[in-house]
Amino acid sequence: MGEEREQEKGKKKSGEFQVITEDQLDPQFKYEIIKEPGGENFLRCMQCGTCTASCPVKAIDPDYNCRRIIRMALIGDKESVLKSKFIWMCSTCYSCYERCPQDVKITELMFALKNIAVKYGYIHPSIKAQLDLLEKFGALLEISEFENRMREKYGLPKINQSPEKVKKVLEKEKIKDVIEGDS
Amino acid sequence: MKVAYFLGCNVALRTYEYDAAVRRIAEKFGIELMDSKDFVCCGYPAAPQDHSTFLALAAQNLVAAEEMGVDYIVSVCNSCTATLSKVNKLLKENEKEREHINKILKNSIGKEFKGTLEVRHFLRFIYEEVGLDEIKKAITNKLNPVRVAPHYGCHYLKPPEVFDFFEDPIVPHTADDLMALTGVVPVKYENMKQCCGGAILAVDEDTSISMVREKLIHVHEAQADVLAVHCPFCNVMYGEYQKDPRIDIDFKVPVIFTPQILGLALGFDAKQLGMKKKVAKLFLEPQEAPESKSEEVGAHG
Ligand code: SF4
Ligand code: SF4
Repeated sequence: MGEEREQEKGKKKSGEFQVITEDQLDPQFKYEIIKEPGGENFLRCMQCGTCTASCPVKAIDPDYNCRRIIRMALIGDKESVLKSKFIWMCSTCYSCYERCPQDVKITELMFALKNIAVKYGYIHPSIKAQLDLLEKFGALLEISEFENRMREKYGLPKINQSPEKVKKVLEKEKIKDVIEGDS
Repeated sequence: MKVAYFLGCNVALRTYEYDAAVRRIAEKFGIELMDSKDFVCCGYPAAPQDHSTFLALAAQNLVAAEEMGVDYIVSVCNSCTATLSKVNKLLKENEKEREHINKILKNSIGKEFKGTLEVRHFLRFIYEEVGLDEIKKAITNKLNPVRVAPHYGCHYLKPPEVFDFFEDPIVPHTADDLMALTGVVPVKYENMKQCCGGAILAVDEDTSISMVREKLIHVHEAQADVLAVHCPFCNVMYGEYQKDPRIDIDFKVPVIFTPQILGLALGFDAKQLGMKKKVAKLFLEPQEAPESKSEEVGAHG
């Protein structure tokens, strides 16, 4: 039986998902999730699928399925969840959050999964790029002379960016390691 | 009344016209919008990476506003408003989180969150603090019955507890109510609350662009003349990305800010509101004989 499973393992079934065997599963994963801010109600999920049915991202990309992400996390398929690009694809619209009959607070749960992924070194490159900008400018966009001249034209006051202040807060936080990490 | 005015990156740099319209309206109603050099990123971009960083950045802004001695911090970006409201509530209610964040703030900027103010979106602020009656009284220009499709934006509506349930997330109405005062016709359209996709633009551009495309089609099908937003990023999505070649539509949907419409009705001109003359004319100048489309004005498109 073990051998059969071994053979099954690498085989692709549908989409990017593979057949899952017990030895790949981490039964502790769910407890890690409920400890993460946003993950508190995670174990309440009863797999009704209301979230997926409400999801505007799913409506465009059928491979994105928030109920399935929750199921994978529940059974402990930790690596697949944390490596998946899907956890970064939630548009934070809160449609599922509003409709979930079990008040799982999926949008917040997605943030929890992303935060855990970051801890294990799986940060999405676009999100890492945002962090770098924050570190550099204290904001997501740089304000140069040009923007301030434009603002003047519209009768608006000048803006001064304060990256040092953001840096100070970032420095006190472990997130600093992510910025300095593997860039 | 003095309030702290939190611009946020996108309003400051990408939607000058929105900033201009909001400042004009505030002045009209005696609201003093106070800028601050101490405001930094609202914190939303840090949410996917680390919860404490997210809280600490937002708290840093709340603290800056608290020090200004005001009762409100007013923002014009849906996501900044949602972030600041959420963190403000959490830190007021959750002692453990408050202590944790205060430790970070003390060690970094030498300050502390006190929990003395409330967060508001500008639209909600004038809706509640000025009120429909006073706004109506101040209107000097009756606008043409232009068909306006409002887009509320997810982070203006949800989760409703973050906004004290002031707006109905299923059938939102505040922007409709404000616009209706001016003479324009708010239009209902299919899938009105569809998300703009802005939050995943950097992760999966194709998906967010498809979301934009659908919205524009629904607005067009409802025979709306313009789409009105009150969030800078919704504007970036529907305005700037409308030009993306992947959106193969053969019509144009002008995108404007709800406060620009209010501004016109309050007597400001296109220039003061940073509006294109052509779009402003639609609201102000006599139009050609209305076509058949005005028949179902106000119907549930
Ligand atoms: S709506 Fe809630 S209970 Fe239903 S599958 Fe989604 S998370 Fe689970
Ligand atoms: S919050 Fe995320 S998972 Fe939930 S419906 Fe919106 S996009 Fe989908």
